Amino acid sequence: MLEDKDRIFQNLYNDKGSDLESSKQRGDWIDTQKIINKGRDWIINEVKDSQLRGRGGAGFPTGLKWSFAPKEIGARPHYLVINADESEPGTCKDRDILRFEPHKLIEGCLIASYAVNAHICYIYIRGEYFFEGQKLQKTIDEAYEKNLIGKNASGTGWDLDIYIHYGAGAYICGEETALLESIEGKKGQPRLKPPFPALIGLYGCPTIINNVETIAVVPTILRKGSKWFATLGREKNTGTKIFCISGNVNNPCNVEEEMSIPLKELIEVHAGGVVGGWDNLQAVIPGGSSMPLIPKNICETLKMDFDSLIEAKSGLGTAGVVVINKDQDIIKCMARIARFYKHESCGQCTPCREGSGWMWRMLERMAKGEASRDEVSMLGDVTDQIAGHTICAFGEGASWPVQGLLRHFKKEIEKRNNFNPTFDRGKDIPYLVDQHLLDKKNA
Amino acid sequence: MSLRRPYKEQPKSFEFSQTSLDAANKIIANYPKDKKQSSVMALLYIAQRQNDNWIPLAAMKYIAKLLDMPYIQVYEVATFYSMYNLSPVGKYFIQVCTTTPCMIRGAYKLIDACKEKISENENELSKDKNCSWTEVECLGACVNAPMMQINDHYYEDLDKNKMLEILEKISKNETPKPGSYKGRKNSEPENNRKTLTNFKNA
Repeated sequence: MLEDKDRIFQNLYNDKGSDLESSKQRGDWIDTQKIINKGRDWIINEVKDSQLRGRGGAGFPTGLKWSFAPKEIGARPHYLVINADESEPGTCKDRDILRFEPHKLIEGCLIASYAVNAHICYIYIRGEYFFEGQKLQKTIDEAYEKNLIGKNASGTGWDLDIYIHYGAGAYICGEETALLESIEGKKGQPRLKPPFPALIGLYGCPTIINNVETIAVVPTILRKGSKWFATLGREKNTGTKIFCISGNVNNPCNVEEEMSIPLKELIEVHAGGVVGGWDNLQAVIPGGSSMPLIPKNICETLKMDFDSLIEAKSGLGTAGVVVINKDQDIIKCMARIARFYKHESCGQCTPCREGSGWMWRMLERMAKGEASRDEVSMLGDVTDQIAGHTICAFGEGASWPVQGLLRHFKKEIEKRNNFNPTFDRGKDIPYLVDQHLLDKKNA
Repeated sequence: MSLRRPYKEQPKSFEFSQTSLDAANKIIANYPKDKKQSSVMALLYIAQRQNDNWIPLAAMKYIAKLLDMPYIQVYEVATFYSMYNLSPVGKYFIQVCTTTPCMIRGAYKLIDACKEKISENENELSKDKNCSWTEVECLGACVNAPMMQINDHYYEDLDKNKMLEILEKISKNETPKPGSYKGRKNSEPENNRKTLTNFKNA
């Protein structure tokens, strides 16, 4: 288990208070000026050496992302945008950072803004986190008062303004270009990439977008050194990560642990074990609802980091671990996730808009055993036609959980849905009639 | 999703009160001068707060004028995002999360409690016209599941009985205490803390 002294978020459960005084006791805002005076290249190289990967889901190397920002400020200003639109089912880590470690985030904003040449930073918080946003605003006001940010922030000669922008309940705004559209005051519909936001982003200006956790760990990395961070975890999957363990466990919790920790240790030690014992485990969603589930036999030896999970045909995503035990109907669970994606699709690309609802309706019927036997392969077909055929990664996010279900629980579905449509004429076969008529009740 | 359709009986006019207008101007100043449109989301919130938690069409027209943007773009934004209520909701607006992590910990029992205590259907006002409920997607407090939101407050670690108690309090017009209803501290593992133990009780 990771030692307490190596934990970055010492106040994860709010034992000590989140105001400036207590944050300083934990080491925030100490020698920020010295760090920044070491220069842009040093900061970016240090972050590169630490092998920090983005904590928002995609796991893109942070130092590399920062180096994409133009070296000099041209005619257009640069922006830093912090993505705090945390809405992935199973994930609630950013909320605790916003509530209990806001000074780490604000200090990270200053360092990152300096590294990418930005004088303005927007923090995009989901609208439901109203109190978290208010708390963050208080922290920002406090930081302005003490001249930690603002004109000549922390005595570095760098000017930085930080503003909060509230979302309004759209999951898709967690996608970086949709988030930019939303800040511009439009519907949150993702943009085509390229051009990438690092060159043409907010208001057409160079913009770097990072997750809350990514930015909040940067000051500690620079203070303790990239070597310290790189020794935790394993090659290319370094450092610590906040895991959110929810679902059928005895003590659901958020916990900061070393990368590459075995999944079994995470569940058994920190979350108090699966309800009904380890043998009662059915499957685990390892990284928020978008990631394919993993059945029990793989869970035994699985290590929680980006690359091991890709080998297991899943992904670390946001590290929101949802544990599902054998008391749950796995098809029903996935049908509910499919409904989530149907609800949250922005409607821009046809495969996703239509396909997400199609998958949901099929899964609902499969949970009840009302689907015919050839619909099982049809469901796989639908997922293939969504993934990779949309502007943003939502298409993948919506179809991966269904593909995971088909990969590991196909027998379960086939057992329940076994009738032959050509002989069972008495059954109403919904895929032959207009789907929207069936959907009307829930429209 | 019926909340996404504008309400039939619309007020004829809408105007920001002085406090709302001050708040709006403060927000407009957060964005570049020629990018006033960016503040449309925040202004819709302000309108919603001023107008008993829902946004009439007149408010959208007013905001469009204020920000110098086409009315249809304000309408687009208001109908796209799910937190803007386009029809009246109860004074206590209850949103129960039923996405998978909450569902497997019994979120639909909370829905049963709502049906018993408030109204048979979603988005329907209770008999005393005080309260309405709706099912929502993930509210981002999954380790505290099942949970719900009443207006701005989160209520966590619930079960049906605790839910009924909360609803009882609301019907008496008291505001129940937000946070965990299991007595645990935020998102710590209840009675099973293995980390940051030096700081416990500090």
